[in-house]
Amino acid sequence: MRELNQRQKARLLFSFAVLFLAGIAVAGRLCSEASLVTDFSRKNLAPCLAYPFGTDWLGRDMFLRTLTGLSTSILIGVCAAGVSAVTALVLGLAAATLGKKTDSVISFVIDMVMGIPHILLVLLISYACGKGMKGVIAGVALSHWCSLARLIRSEVLQLKQSEYILIAGKLGHSKFEIAKKHMLPHLLPQFVVGLVLLFPHAILHESSVTFLGFGLSSEQPAIGIILSESMKYLITGKWWLALFPGIMLVLTVVLFDLGGTALRKILDPNSVHK
Amino acid sequence: MAKKNLLFIGKNFIRMIFLLFAVSIVTFALVSASPIDPLQANVGQAALGSMSEAQKEKLRSYWGVDVPPVQRYMNWAKDFIKGDLGTSLLYRQDVLKVIGVKLSNSLFLMGLAWIISGLLGFVLGVLAGVFQGKPIDKAIKGYSLVVASTPAFWLALLLLIIFGVWLRVLPIGLSVPIGVEASGVTFLDRVRHAILPAVTLSITGISNITLHTREKMIEIMESDYVLFARARGESLWKIVCSHGIRNVLLPAMTLQFASISEIIGGSVLVEQVFSYPGLGQAAVAAGTGSDVPLLMGITLITAAIVFMGNFIANLLYGVVDPRIRKGGLHS
Repeated sequence: MRELNQRQKARLLFSFAVLFLAGIAVAGRLCSEASLVTDFSRKNLAPCLAYPFGTDWLGRDMFLRTLTGLSTSILIGVCAAGVSAVTALVLGLAAATLGKKTDSVISFVIDMVMGIPHILLVLLISYACGKGMKGVIAGVALSHWCSLARLIRSEVLQLKQSEYILIAGKLGHSKFEIAKKHMLPHLLPQFVVGLVLLFPHAILHESSVTFLGFGLSSEQPAIGIILSESMKYLITGKWWLALFPGIMLVLTVVLFDLGGTALRKILDPNSVHK
Repeated sequence: MAKKNLLFIGKNFIRMIFLLFAVSIVTFALVSASPIDPLQANVGQAALGSMSEAQKEKLRSYWGVDVPPVQRYMNWAKDFIKGDLGTSLLYRQDVLKVIGVKLSNSLFLMGLAWIISGLLGFVLGVLAGVFQGKPIDKAIKGYSLVVASTPAFWLALLLLIIFGVWLRVLPIGLSVPIGVEASGVTFLDRVRHAILPAVTLSITGISNITLHTREKMIEIMESDYVLFARARGESLWKIVCSHGIRNVLLPAMTLQFASISEIIGGSVLVEQVFSYPGLGQAAVAAGTGSDVPLLMGITLITAAIVFMGNFIANLLYGVVDPRIRKGGLHS
């Protein structure tokens, strides 16, 4: 087989990541009923062929529970990262275009939000919303936009001063025309990549907050819940309760990360020839 | 020159105070907007049902439910200016005292992890950057990527299984041995209990600084001045020392000081796993128990630490970077 070039590899990696993650999300939704089934005839089984991830103290199949939990995490992550990215886009654009006062206000807010340790902020917002699914989504969505907003702000400020934009202005193009024709193509890839790279953070923080008990309620099979429950059974040697769900979580986050980096390679015109 | 520096420091300091003030308002607004009833969370539905109205009234005033939020904030702010952070409702002690004890436990842990992760991350980043594309670079890059995607609490669980449960070489939790009086606890005991949490925090903390240092280092190794130094016949070691490290130090330092917020966040999770009685665990307890004064205090203190970190980083630029030192500190 012919050696693939960098871009083809990136495309392949990206499609693989998307397919795999979508697969988990759909599979998790499909087996969410089965993951709640308790069966005491099969409790505390170590991993075997029938139950690849083992079963827990209520005889629930850990493989199905992990899948369902992951799909919940992915859905929450996508949802929260989407809201976060749109917030970042609006605030970043506003800071860069609406004058000095707006800029300093928005910069102040960004500094303030970044000053509170991330987990603590998610925890506080989730608490303010009364915990639960709503709390997690709000917490993650409202705390992740800062760095992307900063990036977009500085990008737009730089663009505004760049020569081709200034020339386009002098040539008499309207502001809207310039924004559409010259700025958007430059900003869009950055925005999309920023959005995709928000997913891993969102998922990690979702599982962390759930793990601490401020997220999803304990009936729902979420990765954070599974891991915090497994903590009670570690001492008795039930390592599989913590190991496999964790590996799957890490795998998911890594795939999101790799997918995002691959997407950056695909969208970045500077690396066309690699 | 000196006046300019002073002005810069003063400006930064005032901004920091405003930021802290804003943090306190936001925190308070968030906490009081919560629909969670502190009475139900702490006393429990069953106990609450069997209580008389008078008893409930007493509890309500203890948790401050009956005072409107704006007034509560004003009361809190008045005391805060006098240096009184109020009384923790869960620990029934001065918030400052509770935070003092917890913070000293946590600082030991976080400080250790911060220094280890910073140094290790920097060294690995420089190594990977210098040997770009070689196996060592690939290993370091892969490691950083995986670690960046690993939640701190899961890594803590894994280490706990391996060292606490299987090998039984390290304690599985707390900051001191169980059943020993406070006076009988040696320094070595403390260190033994801090090893696992500190290692967890260090391992997860390095990826960011490593990846960034690597990128910068690659850039430098491909620069013209390094090419020229090579042409002069300088050894790799000398090039790295005199051209590489001097240039990557500044961005690495910024990152390292910005990572304080991450370390605090990580310590919340890690302390929870190891039942380490630090600030993070107190924050979670305050959150689940609706202990508003303590939660406010912790948020403010941690935010102050983060802002101080940024402040110090700003000052250190002048020390490290000759361009800023000579050109004045106006950024």
